[in-house]
Formats: sequence, C-alpha cells, structure tokens
Amino acid sequence: MSVDFDEVRASGLGRHFGRRRALSNVSFSCRAGEVLGLLGPNGAGKSTLLAIASTLLRPSTGHLQYGAHEASRAGAPLRQRLGWLGHDLQLYPELTARENLIFFARLQGVTAVDARVARALTDARLESRADDLVSGFSRGMRQRLALERALLHDPRLLLLDEPFTGLDGPSTIALASRLTRLAGEGRLVMLATHDVDLADDVLTRALVLRDGRLVDDISGRGWRQAYRAALSRES
Amino acid sequence: MLQRSVPLLLVTTIAAFSVAPFLIHNAPYESTMGLVQKIFYFHAPAGIVMFLSAFVCGISSAIFLFRGRQGADRVAVAAAELTVLLGTIVLATGPLWARKAWGVWWQWDARLTSSLLLWMMFTACLLVRRYGGPGSDKLAAAVAIFGMFNVPFVYVSVNVWRTLHPKTTVVPMLGPGMREPFWFCILAFLSLYVLLLALRVRLAEQQATLDARYLELDDRASA
Amino acid sequence: MFARTAWTVFRKDLTVEVRTRETLATTLFFALSAVIVFAVALVRDGRVVADAAAGILWVAIAFAGTLTLGRTFERERYTDTLRALLLAPAPRAAIYVGKLLAVVAVLLLTELMLVPLVALLFDAALLQRPGLLVALLVTGTIGFASVGTLFAAMLVRARSRDVLLPVLLYPITIPVIIAGVRGTAALAQLVPDEPMATFWVMLLAAFDTVFVTLALWTFDPLMTD
Repeated sequence: MSVDFDEVRASGLGRHFGRRRALSNVSFSCRAGEVLGLLGPNGAGKSTLLAIASTLLRPSTGHLQYGAHEASRAGAPLRQRLGWLGHDLQLYPELTARENLIFFARLQGVTAVDARVARALTDARLESRADDLVSGFSRGMRQRLALERALLHDPRLLLLDEPFTGLDGPSTIALASRLTRLAGEGRLVMLATHDVDLADDVLTRALVLRDGRLVDDISGRGWRQAYRAALSRES
Repeated sequence: MLQRSVPLLLVTTIAAFSVAPFLIHNAPYESTMGLVQKIFYFHAPAGIVMFLSAFVCGISSAIFLFRGRQGADRVAVAAAELTVLLGTIVLATGPLWARKAWGVWWQWDARLTSSLLLWMMFTACLLVRRYGGPGSDKLAAAVAIFGMFNVPFVYVSVNVWRTLHPKTTVVPMLGPGMREPFWFCILAFLSLYVLLLALRVRLAEQQATLDARYLELDDRASA
Repeated sequence: MFARTAWTVFRKDLTVEVRTRETLATTLFFALSAVIVFAVALVRDGRVVADAAAGILWVAIAFAGTLTLGRTFERERYTDTLRALLLAPAPRAAIYVGKLLAVVAVLLLTELMLVPLVALLFDAALLQRPGLLVALLVTGTIGFASVGTLFAAMLVRARSRDVLLPVLLYPITIPVIIAGVRGTAALAQLVPDEPMATFWVMLLAAFDTVFVTLALWTFDPLMTD
C-alpha cells in the first residue's frame, strides 16, 4: 500500500500530560506548496503539534488527516511520506557524513542508495567532507547534512523544529531558499520557530500559538506585523 | 458494577474478618508448632490472593496497552498496589513463622523467595509510575505484563535452585478442623481484595475526573 | 524489509562500537572492578567459597549488561536519533531486533574475556564442558538483553532513566541469573552435572522465546506516546 496526500487537516487537536495542557483544540488545514510556520514563545505547543504531525505522539482529542489517511490507521506507509528534522538533528557523531546518509537511506528503504547519497552530499555541499566524522562538523554543516538526511526518501511533508537556531547569516539564507524550493517542488513544509526575524522570508503562512491554543492564522506577506500584533494583544 | 457492590462488600468483609479470629481460635492446635501455626490462616490466603492480584494487574495492563482503555489502566494501578500490599503481609508473616519453625527470621525457602521476587516486580511497577515522568503509565503496563509472564519462570527456577539443597521443613499438612477456617480466610481475603480494588479504582476515577475538570477550568480561564 | 532493517540497525551499532570501542572498554573494566569487589567479599584465607565463581561471573554479566544497555540507548538519545529510527517505514519491531542483536554481540564479546578471567582468578573449572557453557552464556545473554533492550528503549524518554533501568530489569531477569549461576556452577563441579546444566539451558531457551515474543508484541504500542 502506498500513501500520498497533498493536504493536511487538523480538527480539534488537543494533548495534555496529566494536568498540563500542551495543546488545546487546534484546527487548521494546509496544502502542499506551503511553507507553514508554527510561531510562538517557548512552551506554546509548537513542538507538541510537530510531534503529533510526525505520528509519534497521539493527540488526546481531535484528529489529524493526511489527505484521505489518518495517522493511527496508515502506519508505516504514511511514515514513508514524512521527513523529520528535529532540533537535535538526528545524526550519529561517531559516523561519517556518508555513513549517516547510507544508514538512513537503507532504513527508509530507498532504492539505489549510493546514487541517492551522492546526490544528497552534493545538495548539502559536503562532497569534500563526505568521509569525515560528523563529530568534527560545525553546526551549519550538521544542519545541512541533517536536512538532506530528512529528505532522502523524498517525503511529502517535511517537519522542522527550530531549524534556524545556531546558524550564521549565510547559512540561514541558504536554508531559507532551500525550503522555498522544496515547497515549490510540491512539498508541504511545516516549521516551528520562536524567532520571527530568522523565518522572515520563508513562510507563506504562519500559525501563531500561545499557551497551547491557536491564536492567529496569518497568510501571505505582512504576517510579521500581524504576529507582533497578535502577541501584544494576548499579553 | 464493581462500584455498586462496595456497600455489600464492605459488610461482607467486616463480618468475615470479625468471625475469622474466632474460627482460628477454635481450630485445633498443630502438634509441633503450637500457637504460631495460626499465622498460616492469614499468611497463606494473603499469598494466594497476591498471586491472583498479579494476574489481574498483568491482564488489565495488556488491555490498557493494546486497547488504550483508561479504565483498564486504573484497574492495573489498583491491582499493582494491592499486590505490593498483600506481598508485604506475606513477607511480614512469613518470617514470624520462620523464626519459630526454622529458628531463623529469613529462610531462602522456595515459596518465600518467589513471593519476594513477585513483590519486587510489582514494587518496580509502582516506582516507575511514581518517578518515570510523563508516559510512565505505559512503562508500568509493560513491567506488569512482563512480571505476569515471569511468574512461572520465577517459580520453576527458584524451586529447582532450592531443591538442590536439603529441605528444611515441610509445611504441615492440614489436619481435620483446620481446613474450614483456612478456606474461610481465603474467602475473607478475596472479599477484602475486591473491596479495596473497587475503592482504589473509584479513587483513580475521581482523580481523572478532577484532572478533566481542572483542564476545563484552565481552558475557560484562558479562553 | 524486516530482516534488512534489523540488519541495518545492527551493523550501524557495531560500526559505532568498533570505531569508539567505548562500551566494550568501559564495560569490561567495570566488570573487572565488580569481580575485584566480590573477591574481597568472598575470598577467605586465599580460597574462594564454593560456587562463588559462577555467581561472580553472572553478577558481572548483569552489571555489564545494564551498562551496555544504558550506553547503547544514550547514543540514540544524544541527538534524538531514536525518533528518526521510529519514523522509518519499517516495522518497529525490526528496530528492536537490530538493537537487541547489537547489545547481545557486545555482551558476548565482554563475556569472551570475562569467562577466562574469572576462571583464572578464582581457579574455577568453568571450561570443562565448553559447549554447554556457551549455550548457557548465549541463551542467558539473549534473555537478559531481550527484556533489557525493551525497557531501555522505553526509558529513553523517561525521567531518572539511569536509576530505573536496573530497578525494572533485575527483578524480571532474576530467573536468568538463577539459571545462569546454577547452570555454570553445575558445570564447574568436580564432575560436571550435565543434565542439570542442560535443564537450565532449556529453561533459558524457554525464557528467551517467551520474552522476545512479548517484546516484539509490545514494542510498537510502547514507543508511541
């Protein structure tokens, strides 16, 4: 069974841990081609929402639909269409860049692993460092490698948690343009960040979260002013 | 159903434990052990109900893990706590007997050792719930399921290990006049077990309701 | 898909281990320290208490096992790679099998050095029936690691995981320890008791079957929150 979708729909998503409410009644829908930002201060529920979108965390209430499929039913074929780049980057420092990519490509069931890994190394601009241990890489290099790692299996939905943290100016711009290109290829990019300025040129739309609730849904240009307004209104 | 039977269980349990001492008192003296043998009337039933409780905990944990039923999780918590409680009774009364029968407080006797291990597995289960942080209910469920399946292995391994050594004393066979109070005590402990289980599950339900209300209030305050 | 995923995970873990030798080196050293502690406790007038070597060997294995398990999953936690593993489209149980095989491999390597060491230090005739001893070690290690790998994987997200792993693991794996110690002791006697050792190997094989099955069955629901 293969699963594909060009739309993700959340209805009434909520998640609590004991008495702590992490996410409360969040509904939205988004389509392939969008770069959707999840914005809000720390503890707003961005990571919880991303974790639910990755199918690794079950919502306490509501559901998330991937096109015609639901997370709890589709299982492994749905995971095949998800790419995840967390804050911790998911790379083994004891392995080389190439070994990391080969491992994850095999795990993802990618065919023609060597060719795919070679292309990924080119995309990450790390051909010359391919056989060096990741432990010796700078944050920027790791970030590029980790992004290609998340894209190895050509996912439809790409989830990123704070991807801009620790990047210098040029790296930020490069990542931003890469994400825009990925969305242009028909992917849905969802990224969580607490730093609005860094995400400036990338987002086509922003969901503003605060205390686990969706407080604003801003499309197109000018979302930055709207975000500021939304936050000051709240506090 | 469990909850509605609480008053009836309460009456039955109180009555049973009021009558039990008289039955035990009137039971004949065991010739070699004398008075201390009477511990047996509480010790053995507690042990039997403890094993039963371990299985209640394991099965309800499996239902919770695979079906996601919160109710099963509440039964699992209650059963785990009661397994530990009954185990404590077994482990406290066992040495009292051992001191008189074998001259030492603790003997690595097969049954006593198995009881200790069972008690440990379910104490671990409670520890994980207490200190595991979020998601520890599933962890505890896994420990309970593993613990349940471990019971035969513990029993066989401890028994074979212990029979490698000379046997100390054989638990005296129940003579006439001892069997009736013994069975009565088993029923009394069973009734006590179901009563405590029902009360503990009710407490867990009330805690869950309280949590839900708390969340609602939180929502309303911030909306 | 299942076998290939398990093999991929297994090979990755071994590559990391061969490159760093961290787990093996630290575990072995720790096991040696444990052996010395027991020597202090159990050696009197230069001679060891009967059967002590078998006990020391298995306690060292249990300690080394906890250390190996903790380390293996600490590596998956360090950059949150466990999440990437769980997001792979392969059956989740395959990941478990891969990790289990890697833990078993590292532990067997540790035992390869531990057994002669204990035999030498305590003048124990452990190697009279090498076939049965290997059977005991392999089935015992699989039994210990099968429960341990599942618990260590679950504990990756839990608070106070370092303390909780032995707390959960030791009571459940007591039958493995009993079987290992009694089986090894039976083999180290003046006249090795083969039927006894065979019985313990069979018990361990049954334990392995039950607990590997249970772990495969529960791994998937346990790993989703």
